[in-house]
Amino acid sequence: MSCCAPGAELAPDEPALRLANEEVLLASRDLGGGLHQTDISVPSVHCGACMQTIETALMRVPGIRQARVNLSTKRVSIQWVGAEPPPFLAALEAIGFEGHLFDLETGGEDATLSRLVRTLALAGFAASNIMLLSVSVWAGAGPETRSLFHWISALIALPTLAYSGSVFFGSAWQALRRGTTNMDVPISIGVLLAFGMSLYETMHHEAHAYFDAAVSLLFFLLIGRTLDHMMRERARQAVKGLMRLSPRVALTLGADGELRYAPVAEIEPGMTLLVAAGERLPVDAVVVKGVSDIDRSLVSGESVPIPAAPCTALQAGTLNLTGPLTIEATAAASDSFLAEMVRMMEAAEAGRSAYRRIADRAARLYAPVVHSMALLTLIGWVVATGDWHRAITYAIAVLIITCPCALGLAVPMVQVVAARRLFEKGVMVKDGSALERLAEIGGIVFDKTGTLTRGEPRLLPREGRDPALLALAATIAAHSRHPYSKALVKAGGGSQSAFVADLIVERAGFGLEARQGDKLYRLGRPSWAIEEGIPAEAADAEVVLSCDGRPLAAFHFEDGLRADAEAAVASLAARGFVIEILSGDRDTPVRRLAAMLGVHFRAGVAPGEKVARIHELETSGEHVLMVGDGLNDAPALAAAYVSMAPASAADVGRNAADLVFLRESLSAVPDAIAIAERAKRLICQNLALAVVYNLIAVPLAIVGLVTPLIAAVSMSLSSIVVIANSMRWRGRRKARGETTMRTAGRLALEGGR
Amino acid sequence: MTDFLYLVPVALALGLCGLAAFMWCLRSGQYDDLAGSAERILFDDGDVPLRRDRDRPR
Repeated sequence: MSCCAPGAELAPDEPALRLANEEVLLASRDLGGGLHQTDISVPSVHCGACMQTIETALMRVPGIRQARVNLSTKRVSIQWVGAEPPPFLAALEAIGFEGHLFDLETGGEDATLSRLVRTLALAGFAASNIMLLSVSVWAGAGPETRSLFHWISALIALPTLAYSGSVFFGSAWQALRRGTTNMDVPISIGVLLAFGMSLYETMHHEAHAYFDAAVSLLFFLLIGRTLDHMMRERARQAVKGLMRLSPRVALTLGADGELRYAPVAEIEPGMTLLVAAGERLPVDAVVVKGVSDIDRSLVSGESVPIPAAPCTALQAGTLNLTGPLTIEATAAASDSFLAEMVRMMEAAEAGRSAYRRIADRAARLYAPVVHSMALLTLIGWVVATGDWHRAITYAIAVLIITCPCALGLAVPMVQVVAARRLFEKGVMVKDGSALERLAEIGGIVFDKTGTLTRGEPRLLPREGRDPALLALAATIAAHSRHPYSKALVKAGGGSQSAFVADLIVERAGFGLEARQGDKLYRLGRPSWAIEEGIPAEAADAEVVLSCDGRPLAAFHFEDGLRADAEAAVASLAARGFVIEILSGDRDTPVRRLAAMLGVHFRAGVAPGEKVARIHELETSGEHVLMVGDGLNDAPALAAAYVSMAPASAADVGRNAADLVFLRESLSAVPDAIAIAERAKRLICQNLALAVVYNLIAVPLAIVGLVTPLIAAVSMSLSSIVVIANSMRWRGRRKARGETTMRTAGRLALEGGR
Repeated sequence: MTDFLYLVPVALALGLCGLAAFMWCLRSGQYDDLAGSAERILFDDGDVPLRRDRDRPR
């Protein structure tokens, strides 16, 4: 089980927030008899061995009656007894898995899906049984038998319509009440009229009843509906699994010097808080005591951490890297930067014109045409023959035969296949309309830090650097979680240094100090590490290594490009997309990157300006794809026509994005666009097939040649053609599916750091 | 030709049995974790389903 070697890569950088027992209790369900059930999400479960490891370890914890892992949803259900919840989060951590509690309302079971599956099962049962009876009727049953079989069919069809049909009737009624139409309106009218007419015919012992058509129509349409829902739900689950727990409690220092955990929502300006190294700031604040480095990359897009000392003002959501800080809140959580971003995002979303899905647009054209055609048939036959019964029968036959079965399957079938394709490439789609929108874009806006770049510094290679010095620096750097230290450790990775320090301390805001005998090594800012006369090569270095104040080595860093960024941008530009970089970072790094990629750029852009720029591009007639990861990108992600975010993005940004890509490579962007375009072509083909079918079937219905047999055959045939056309695209997928899941799991893990 | 008087009810009843069995599987959570069930078949020790909460609205 090589995929499952927890340990080394699992040491969490941000220490898990100590969750109060009350919080666990609050998220638990009382099963009665002293038994409680708590569901926790464990994003890193990804194979059978993980399941067994977790279950065995949890069962050993006293108080836990049963633990069961759900591999599909990456959750563990734990049933326990006692007044206090057993320490299952700690037990999970001990075996290298990180667990999160999640709120009951978001973690509930998917009621819609189980309802859809139940309606589908009933429709399937009814359709197959009525079809069996119909076959006997078509085969030439005598009048009494035929009548009996029609009655049995009606008996089966009635509850099916009432239960399975309600999915469509409800939505059609909603649409009609608002004065609009959607696909469900012609479906409902067709199905209800078919049933009503068949019932009338049955009562009068006539030859033709359409119960089979009405019910199998429901069955086919429910297949499309269920697939559509499953696709969206899976993406939603996957994105939810990446969710990091934003701080919900903060450690406050009362006036009497008492330490107390307080919910973030209760923090008021003026309160004093303690923030340990590795924690994110819950609210906007000013530093009172302590020095540290602050990582602002998710908040502003700046790639280089800034020093923090007393009086530095900091924004909520920034990450405290190196030293503990005592801070004074300057705003309540609801007035903090994070909340402001959420508000801007909501405003941007409200401003975005509602997108009408292709299927709904087709329905808007389709319904009036079909309904007027049925009406014309009715009038025509009444005028021609004066026979009302025959005229109504033929008019209803038109409605039945045009009932948009193929149309209802045309879009979801393709989107399910496309979503599967994207999933293999590590891209999650939130809903089908995102795919449709993605195929219509003309411009792409990229954020820099964390999107085009990795968002973490990389050590620049240098000629003539002594590998022993790099190994020494890496050994010292291993004691810090500053991004530069991590980059040094990564660069010095393989080589071992024999250096054993007596004492290593981190001087927050400056660097690391290592004492070995009477030698003092310093690794950090040049001005701090070197006592006098900084040499030229170290002057522009971010980090130097010194011994007793004398420089030993200088290290330069660069925010490395995301994998395949150059190739991806070049291929997008070659396909004629207008590409632009909008970054909150300083001018120099953005300019350098833009020059390297050969695209336009704007640096130092505030979140509001990003939204404004996107609106500007939209009004110039281009639909824009926004690709970004930071909190500062969230409003722009919501404002853009369609948006993408990497899995490492801030929670808010990831929730705002329509698509989330899990892999490191930026080639996800051109891949997703290519798949969306292919999907659009297939959808158009399917719609064309549905139109061709109607062109053949409708004239037959108008002249009254459609019998129940012809209706059943032609409707099934058109649905099968549409499904087959969508399935052409599936190709080989089995072999790679599993690796994708594993990559997803591993990335979810890294995103959780 | 009166055979269908009992054959049709029998066919329908069998169909209903299948439907009821499917609904029961769905309710008792047998479709909740298809990926996990595929792995569990390889486990040596006995596998017990989780106690369900019967009063939970579903």
